Amino acid sequence: MALSGLDIYKLLPKTNCKECGFPTCLAFAMKLAQKGAELSACPYVTEESKAALDAASRPPIRLVTIGSDGKKFSVGNEVVMFRHEKTFYNPPGLMIRIKDNDDADAAKATVQRATNYVVERVGQTLTLSGFAVENASGDATKFAQCVEMVRANSDMPLALMSTDPAAMDAALAKAGGGSPLIYAANRDNVDKMAELALKYKAPLAACEPSGLDGLAELVEQITKKGVQDIVLDPCARGFAQSLATLTQLRRLALKKLFRPFGYPIITFPGDGAASPEEEAMLAGLQISKYAGIIVLNSFDPTVIYPLLTLRQNIYTDPQKPIQMQPGIYKIGEPSEKSPLYISTNFSLTYFSVAGEIEGSGIPSWLLIADSEGLSVLTAWAAGKFDAEKIAKTVKTSGIAEKVGHRKLIIPGHVAVLSGELEEELPDWTVMVGTKEAVDIPGYIKRVWVS
Amino acid sequence: MPPVEIPVEKWPGKVREVTIGGNGRKSVTVGGESALPFLSFEGQIPNRPRIAIEVVDMVPEDWADNLVQAWGDAMKSPAAWAKKAAEYGADLICLSLDSAHPDGPNTGPKEAVESVTSVLEAVDLPLIVLGPGVADKDNEVLTAVADAASGQRIVLGFCEEKNYRTIVAAALAGGHLVIAKTPIEINLAKQLNILVSDMGLPPDRILMDPTTGALGYGLEYVYSVMERLRLAALQGDSMTQIPIINIAGKEAWRQKEAKAAQGVPDFWGDAARRGILWEEITASELLLAGSDILVMRHPEAVQKVKATIDSLMGS
Repeated sequence: MALSGLDIYKLLPKTNCKECGFPTCLAFAMKLAQKGAELSACPYVTEESKAALDAASRPPIRLVTIGSDGKKFSVGNEVVMFRHEKTFYNPPGLMIRIKDNDDADAAKATVQRATNYVVERVGQTLTLSGFAVENASGDATKFAQCVEMVRANSDMPLALMSTDPAAMDAALAKAGGGSPLIYAANRDNVDKMAELALKYKAPLAACEPSGLDGLAELVEQITKKGVQDIVLDPCARGFAQSLATLTQLRRLALKKLFRPFGYPIITFPGDGAASPEEEAMLAGLQISKYAGIIVLNSFDPTVIYPLLTLRQNIYTDPQKPIQMQPGIYKIGEPSEKSPLYISTNFSLTYFSVAGEIEGSGIPSWLLIADSEGLSVLTAWAAGKFDAEKIAKTVKTSGIAEKVGHRKLIIPGHVAVLSGELEEELPDWTVMVGTKEAVDIPGYIKRVWVS
Repeated sequence: MPPVEIPVEKWPGKVREVTIGGNGRKSVTVGGESALPFLSFEGQIPNRPRIAIEVVDMVPEDWADNLVQAWGDAMKSPAAWAKKAAEYGADLICLSLDSAHPDGPNTGPKEAVESVTSVLEAVDLPLIVLGPGVADKDNEVLTAVADAASGQRIVLGFCEEKNYRTIVAAALAGGHLVIAKTPIEINLAKQLNILVSDMGLPPDRILMDPTTGALGYGLEYVYSVMERLRLAALQGDSMTQIPIINIAGKEAWRQKEAKAAQGVPDFWGDAARRGILWEEITASELLLAGSDILVMRHPEAVQKVKATIDSLMGS
């Protein structure tokens, strides 16, 4: 939330001494508001004013990076309560919990599988974010060994979970550099944990179960020690508490610029969950409502795939739904005798249709019209995928030079256009294809005799 | 430091309460919220969201294997199916008159009335009836159904901008409610609610369907439209103060992730659980966005989502 020129002016000496290079303090303030000047140009601004100006120009929720020497992810820096107000910017990290008292072979296998787990959806590559290694045994040696094992089998970012500063120190030494998340400081260990955060230049989680007052105080203690990268754990458990607490934290950060809560939030949806499905739904709630890092209790692709999909959905910029470039797409190696389909440039439409055409085993041409990123039904309802648009796309794309036949397969949902379309394209025969992409293989095998 | 002051929103408006059923059978009331979904610390949430289980008036031909297995023989008649749905904890029954589709068996008003009557007799739950989704057929069967169920305060679906007059008239005559369905657009939703209420149907006999997209297949579009609708309602916009119904099960289960067991990437996980999770996550996200009635299919998903609602309502 930027300060206006007038707000900044109120914090300046108002002497119009001109030493900053501007004729008046007001002129300087206006320039500062546009970020066209540096505050340091004024030799007389007070320490209080400097602090106030600094606080107001910082993002309301700090961007915190969890990293390794190899990979990293950043969370925070959000500016809205609802994605439709602008967008959500930094998708939450999804980390897998590894306990140091789990069976060692099983843990190693999990680390390898989770590290290599990749989902492709709508032209994007989605992965997990890293591992949260927990000192469940209470034994510092076991903890350090477990961290070493994870690091030996993965280059992904880590969160280290222990409340014992000595164990944490030993484990941090095995984490392989970068900036793993130190989980966590509490009222008893805060000084020592803060020292570790400074020593290793690592972000520090603040864990306080008693409520928001206690959490705010804990964060203040941490910031007084000089730690800047903080992650909040309000210890919210269950659906109702997660929703209420995370909403309140986001509101305090954005609307009250309450500095102690200007940090990303970490959650543990599996704690207390009665089933993997309950953990999954709660993780989903936390993805949509304000979590920055979500730690899942097990590596379960059946749960992770929908959660990665949900994260992709919620964190898509509403102003920029993923669109394809309109034009001619080859699926396989089509010839001039191959089928020709037409559809819209909403990416989900493209990938669904292209995927099914590929699955049919029949190389084909896919002509993509500019429907401004809308799906078939939505574009048609909005008048952005009608007979005129389809005809224009066919005529201007040059597809007539690629195919020898004149048969065009249109999406089943716009069957009503076929008559009108044949009038716009008198050389062409319109074939009405399927409503659902999944029915394409069955359809094309029935109707296309090559 | 001084105690943290939690910023609390106080809204001038609230969603209307809508009651389905009654008159001797069970009734369900939804809506009435004066806060954002489940934020009971700053407003009233007098009615929890409800689950309607979808019952089809024919054995579906293209349902996923694990969905078919879950219902088994109960799918042989709408009455048996509705009874099983009641056992699985349905708050309402949603009867889809798929057999009336002209491309399918193309049954008519007589069969529709038989199906509806059999369900009303089999279970004591409030009822939603959906036509086959083809304008003239919808008008034909829903008019007959509305007449046969006169006084039972059922819900008729769908009224759309291009076809609503006949169904609204039938609702007026029979004392029923309607679902006003629009394509994921807030202004079109308001407009249709105005058109429907201009015909004389009281606003507390309307439900909105903003057209659901499943997880991965448009969820974020309907999610954001619903958040905007709730905000508008709370800010006092009368034509958005109408409870929302989402056909979540059908949308989730028609996706490849829910249906396909072979020929799919390994990273998709286990086919037996995947469709159920797809429905559960679609449904729970819609709850967060303000859904008042979820129409669902899989009994396990119904149970888990009901537990989620209990949890969100703090009970």
